[in-house]
Amino acid sequence: MNTKNKVGGAKRFAVDGFKVLSMLVMFALYMIPFVLIILNSFKYKRDIIKNPFSFVAEKGYTIENYTVAFEKMNFIRSFGNSLFVTGLSTLIVTILASMTAYYFVRSKNKFSSICFSLMAASMIIPFQAIMIPLVSIYGAKLNILNHRTALIFFHVGFAMSMSVFIFQGFIKSSIPLSLEEAACLDGCSKTQTFFQVVFPLLKPITSTLVILNVLAFWNDYLLPSLVLGKKQIMTLPLSTYAFYGTYSADYGTIMAGLVLTVAPILVLYLLLQKQIISGVVAGAVKS
Amino acid sequence: MGTMGNKPIEKIKNLIIFALPGILIFLAVVIVPFLYGFYLTLTDWNGVTATKNIIGLSNYAEVFKDTDFWSSMGLTLKYVFFSVILVNLVAFMLAYVLTNGLKGQNFFRTGFFTPNLIGGVVLGFIWQFIFSRVLVNFGESTGWGIFSTSWLSNPNKAFWALVIVTVWQLSGYMMLIYIAGFMGLSTDVLEAASIDGATGFQRMYQIIVPLMVPSFVVCLFLTLSRAFMVYDVNLTLTGGEPYGTTRLVAMHVYEKAFTARNYGVGQAEALFLFLIVAVISGLQIYLGKKKEVEA
Repeated sequence: MNTKNKVGGAKRFAVDGFKVLSMLVMFALYMIPFVLIILNSFKYKRDIIKNPFSFVAEKGYTIENYTVAFEKMNFIRSFGNSLFVTGLSTLIVTILASMTAYYFVRSKNKFSSICFSLMAASMIIPFQAIMIPLVSIYGAKLNILNHRTALIFFHVGFAMSMSVFIFQGFIKSSIPLSLEEAACLDGCSKTQTFFQVVFPLLKPITSTLVILNVLAFWNDYLLPSLVLGKKQIMTLPLSTYAFYGTYSADYGTIMAGLVLTVAPILVLYLLLQKQIISGVVAGAVKS
Repeated sequence: MGTMGNKPIEKIKNLIIFALPGILIFLAVVIVPFLYGFYLTLTDWNGVTATKNIIGLSNYAEVFKDTDFWSSMGLTLKYVFFSVILVNLVAFMLAYVLTNGLKGQNFFRTGFFTPNLIGGVVLGFIWQFIFSRVLVNFGESTGWGIFSTSWLSNPNKAFWALVIVTVWQLSGYMMLIYIAGFMGLSTDVLEAASIDGATGFQRMYQIIVPLMVPSFVVCLFLTLSRAFMVYDVNLTLTGGEPYGTTRLVAMHVYEKAFTARNYGVGQAEALFLFLIVAVISGLQIYLGKKKEVEA
């Protein structure tokens, strides 16, 4: 019995060792692109071309790439634009979607169920099937493109169906009607009930949706590229794209620009990794 | 009591306050353009002129004659096929290993998910540098012929570069969903199987895989719809090059409408894409649900 255990132990040890090793190899493969970008962002162009792997640079390291990229990308400005658009879009969609979902759950009539089905069904429409008429209506007809508020409006519209869908499921399953009734016996209005009693209870699902929507809005390229043409109002992905087009031969500057673009979101990830991971899983499984 | 008001006036007031703003924005941004799109396919609009002429169904006939569209659709199907299989295979294996109580498994999970946080535009640029500079340099110094020229300058290799980047990006996300699935598996069932003498492979194919069907349904749906619509990575990694050989259908539709200024045909092609995505993902969910019931 004793020997058997030992054999099993050795085998288990070997299997575990193999697993750890294979994970380490995979991990290295996943991380190498990031490491190389960061490493080369501190080098001069000649050293990058000569040997992009080397940690030793003949001409030494420099932060010049960063100062150039920072300025040429209009980093502060496009970062601010991204922050403005992402922040406001997320705030608006969270409030509107939770209110709409609340209405759908608490008012069981034909109108609610038709609207809800329409939203659920619309989630399979690919963006490509909407973008051309979108530009045609809002660009050619109404001429309201090229404003950050227009982009916010579109973000909210596109995120609405999924957000309502997820809020609806949560409210239906975990907000008891009796609670609202008890909390507002003295007859406060529906709006007060919602914001003082219901909305705070939605917190877990709200944070899931905030994470999903922030990631989607922050990284979106195609929609903003159709809406924002002017340089001063470009979001970060747009200015990265424009910057890359102009400086594609200056590897060092390009690398620095990419690091600058990625850095804010990676910092956020380091701080909130648990919430982000569980939010993404909850969002995927629920929709 | 408890519903949205008793008197008609109260009901209407609550409808206006709670539901109308959200519904109206949704209608204005999604439904109206979608319906208007059908009208656009019947016109010859070029994006500039004020007037549109109704030209009937000839844009749809044009779609069938557009060989570039069908070749990009074919390429997209090939891309979707390999991406979906590889993403899910890698993700499933990662999830399997990382739910075994390995040391540092949370650290690994966090790392594998990282590429998902970054937008496709930046990912494409990062990998463009890797494929066109780093790997070429690697090929020169090691003498490995496979890397001696940039993968992005060869149609076939550029296609695989797209698939590799997609797997790198999406597998960490799907891994998280499979991990959630593995955590939900009942340990009783697995232990019972081991006691009954099930080997590792039997355990995998006869117990774990059938129980994981719900996770497969979610992951396949997500990877399918993501892969069909991919645009950003395509744009910044290959840009459709060399010679338009890696132009996936989303990029083709974009160029048809906004570069060639053929809005009607572009929209008709976009509707074809919609139809194909709807049919394939509908079918996949239907089959998955059927399997789920059987299992």
